[in-house]
Amino acid sequence: MKRYLRLLALFWSTSVAQEMEYRLNFLLALLSSLGSAAGGLFGLSLFYRAGHALSGWTYPEAVAVLGVFTLLQAFSRALLFPNLNRIVDHVQYGTLDFILLKPVDSQFWISLRILSPWALPDALMGSLLLMWATWQLKRSFLSLMGALPAILAGILILYGLWFFLASLTIWFVKIYNVTYVLQSFLEAGRFPIGAYPALFRWFFTFVLPVAFLTTVPARQVVGRTAGHVGSLVMAWGLGLLLFAGSRMFWRFALRFYTSASS
Amino acid sequence: MAVIETRNLTKIYRVARKAPGWLGSLRHFFRREVQDIVAVRDLTFTIEGGEVVGFLGPNGAGKTTTLKMLTGLIHPTSGEVRVAGFSPWKRETAFLRNISLVMGQKQQLIWDLPALDSLRINAVVYGLEETTFRHRVAELSELLEIQHILNQPVRKLSLGERMKAELLAALLHFPRILFLDEPTLGLDVNAQAAIRQFLRAYNERYGATMILTSHYMADISALCERVILIHQGTVWYDGPLSGLLEKFAPYREIRVEFHQPIARENLQRFGEVERVEGRRAHLIVRRKDVTDVVAQMLRNFPVMDLTIQDPPIEEIIRRVFALPGHSPVP
Repeated sequence: MKRYLRLLALFWSTSVAQEMEYRLNFLLALLSSLGSAAGGLFGLSLFYRAGHALSGWTYPEAVAVLGVFTLLQAFSRALLFPNLNRIVDHVQYGTLDFILLKPVDSQFWISLRILSPWALPDALMGSLLLMWATWQLKRSFLSLMGALPAILAGILILYGLWFFLASLTIWFVKIYNVTYVLQSFLEAGRFPIGAYPALFRWFFTFVLPVAFLTTVPARQVVGRTAGHVGSLVMAWGLGLLLFAGSRMFWRFALRFYTSASS
Repeated sequence: MAVIETRNLTKIYRVARKAPGWLGSLRHFFRREVQDIVAVRDLTFTIEGGEVVGFLGPNGAGKTTTLKMLTGLIHPTSGEVRVAGFSPWKRETAFLRNISLVMGQKQQLIWDLPALDSLRINAVVYGLEETTFRHRVAELSELLEIQHILNQPVRKLSLGERMKAELLAALLHFPRILFLDEPTLGLDVNAQAAIRQFLRAYNERYGATMILTSHYMADISALCERVILIHQGTVWYDGPLSGLLEKFAPYREIRVEFHQPIARENLQRFGEVERVEGRRAHLIVRRKDVTDVVAQMLRNFPVMDLTIQDPPIEEIIRRVFALPGHSPVP
């Protein structure tokens, strides 16, 4: 365990050092984060200016959803994108061999090798949006912290889904951009899930669990806690299930990479 | 004590077969035809601790597949394999701590950072203490003569320096068994010689077992007392290198430079003329005729320069498999 923590510290310090060689990226990430948040806020303001409300959520409440969405975006920029989208390179260039021959859990290595510092603007922006929302709603700082368990469950769910799709590249090298499809579906998480028509709501809860990613944590932030415990338990159940599934799936995928099947 | 043992080791790949053209692709989409390709068949050999063994064979002979089975990267289809007492494909921690694989065409060092940063990661992976780490880096980098470059970003190093740093990264945990796949690929003669010298020193100093594939005869002859020749997935020869040369390649290559161009016809009576370019010529001559041929040439032609060497390994291998009536050793 201690070895893994030391390894993680080295992984992240070296990858940040490596990225610092390309300073212009910071500006680009900042602009992209600002643009994305501005776009989201503008979209919301169009609705609310016209007097609509998304399934009864007030403007600050909807901003809280956007805040959680931006935080998850930060997580995927920091870890999911740089690591999982490289599995395909490891397969194509054969560098997976080096990882498999190290006496270290290969899923740990492949999922956490790189920490991208360019997620920082998104993390800041997400926190700002959430803080603005809690302030507007006169909620306490504690209620913001109370959303952490739900956000962690969302992170587990997101990781499980992303990892599953990314490790499919062990068989089908050509589908390396499948995670972009996932990402565009996840965009639905910018808005409270109740705002969607019934069919979509069903789809985004049971097929692609976007509802658990942003709406459930945001509910905690804004104090819409009716039935919240039930959703939280479901979110954690789903998150743990997907995480365990990803571990099993990786082992299964490696058997194909290492040709145990034939 | 046997460190590596294989018995009837076999690997069959199942690959999809597709007719060329779009019609073939269409048919392939609906009905997938598969074909079994035998990469390695009934490979049986034993390697003792401390031995340095060269795997020889043409491209596609099954050398890399065998290395991958020995390191546990792929699972054998049938047969038995034990390395250091382990079944490699289980990739148990105790097994992985004992081995290392160096691949000439792949790199594990981080491109944009100094090699020392990558070495530090490996030190933690193998649970080395800080003092042990420093001690080993100092020792190995001195042997490799790369103390001065460990603080430079890997992308700024020459190919030879990079390969040495790769070796250092692969050996930091002092593996007892070292697998090397084309470790000198693409290096210039000096760098090749330095790598060879280092590997020999490492073998002598730590008694490590080494298995090596290479296209360069010099690598094999400098390092390996024993070679295993693999062709079409089976062992064709297993024994000392000198025996292989006697048995399969009783040839030498003579390179001559004359004062004036000599016609190909005039050279053909000495042996097989490989190439004539202006005043230069390459001949392949039977080992036992070499002195005779050289004496006659010096007598009959205005020879300016003359060298005798082993033909390139590819050439030997090509000849071995072109000879009729050769079959694998039982």
